[in-house]
Amino acid sequence: MSEHWLPVLAVAGLVTFATRLSFIALLGKVETPPLLARALRYVAPAVLSAIVFQELLVRGGTVHLALGNARLLAGLLAAGVAWRTRNVLLTIATGMCALWGLQALLPH
Amino acid sequence: MATNPSARTRRREFLSGCRDELPILLGVAPFGMIYGLLALGAGLPPSTAQAMSAVVFAGSAQFIAAQLIHDAAPAAVVIVTVFVVNLRHALYSASVAPFVRQLNAGWKALLAYLLTDEAYAVAATRYERDGDRTDVSPFRHWYFLGAGLTLWTCWQVSTAVGVFLGARVPESWSLDFTLPLTFIALVFPALRDRAAAAAALSAGVLAVLAVGLPYKLGLLLAALAGISVGLAVEGRRA
Repeated sequence: MSEHWLPVLAVAGLVTFATRLSFIALLGKVETPPLLARALRYVAPAVLSAIVFQELLVRGGTVHLALGNARLLAGLLAAGVAWRTRNVLLTIATGMCALWGLQALLPH
Repeated sequence: MATNPSARTRRREFLSGCRDELPILLGVAPFGMIYGLLALGAGLPPSTAQAMSAVVFAGSAQFIAAQLIHDAAPAAVVIVTVFVVNLRHALYSASVAPFVRQLNAGWKALLAYLLTDEAYAVAATRYERDGDRTDVSPFRHWYFLGAGLTLWTCWQVSTAVGVFLGARVPESWSLDFTLPLTFIALVFPALRDRAAAAAALSAGVLAVLAVGLPYKLGLLLAALAGISVGLAVEGRRA
């Protein structure tokens, strides 16, 4: 884990830049394929949800589906707050406080 | 020569772009700080964490890249995952393209670099407000630049603050948990309809089932499967 990630991140940055430049540079030369435009609408929900599920349910490479999973419980509580309020900061604050409280209560 | 009045217009456009971006910074600054904290927590050196904010300059993709680096994923998986997560920027690019077509290549490249979710939201609102009016200022790209640079500055500074604090926060605070919490907050507004909800649910379940896959490919496969499910549900309803 060290400086060798810098070239990888440079490529990731170039790819991101190319994505952002794509239609600005190509305008008038190509049309957005309709299937791509439709698929793009599902990128955010799919990617975000995949990460959240992994973070809440998987610890150290194994699935952890039990009441003793403090991250799962805190995450569910935060999801309730997010669903009700749509407030990013309140969701993060609730989730962190719930995690700290549960970590103090639950056996490790 | 009309240099003076036009220089004034440019400055006015630039400053009003900056001003309209300001309220959004309230949500961006904590996000940047959390990224800085998290990148250090994931094991990135401070200089690399800061460089990623300048080079990739995309909040959610940076969170995910830091996570994948933490999990020792192969370089190709990091790059492809960042690409998929940032695909939505192609939509923004298509949306602003008609408004910047008269600019030279340097301007186009600069504005493309600054085309984040938050800069797009502000610039696109401006273009929409102008509509088809023909008397709009020929210097609207300065407005876009003002909004984009304001966000850029906020992101770099808040990353630096997070990196600075990160070295001083003990691991027992579990600050890495702010990543899924941020994404929980972001995913609900993205669940606009049943197709989007189906995409999210199937990607989530698959990501857990595929966690044993080599090279940390599970996340990528789950995301692609979720996108396909979303399209299929949308197609069946139509």
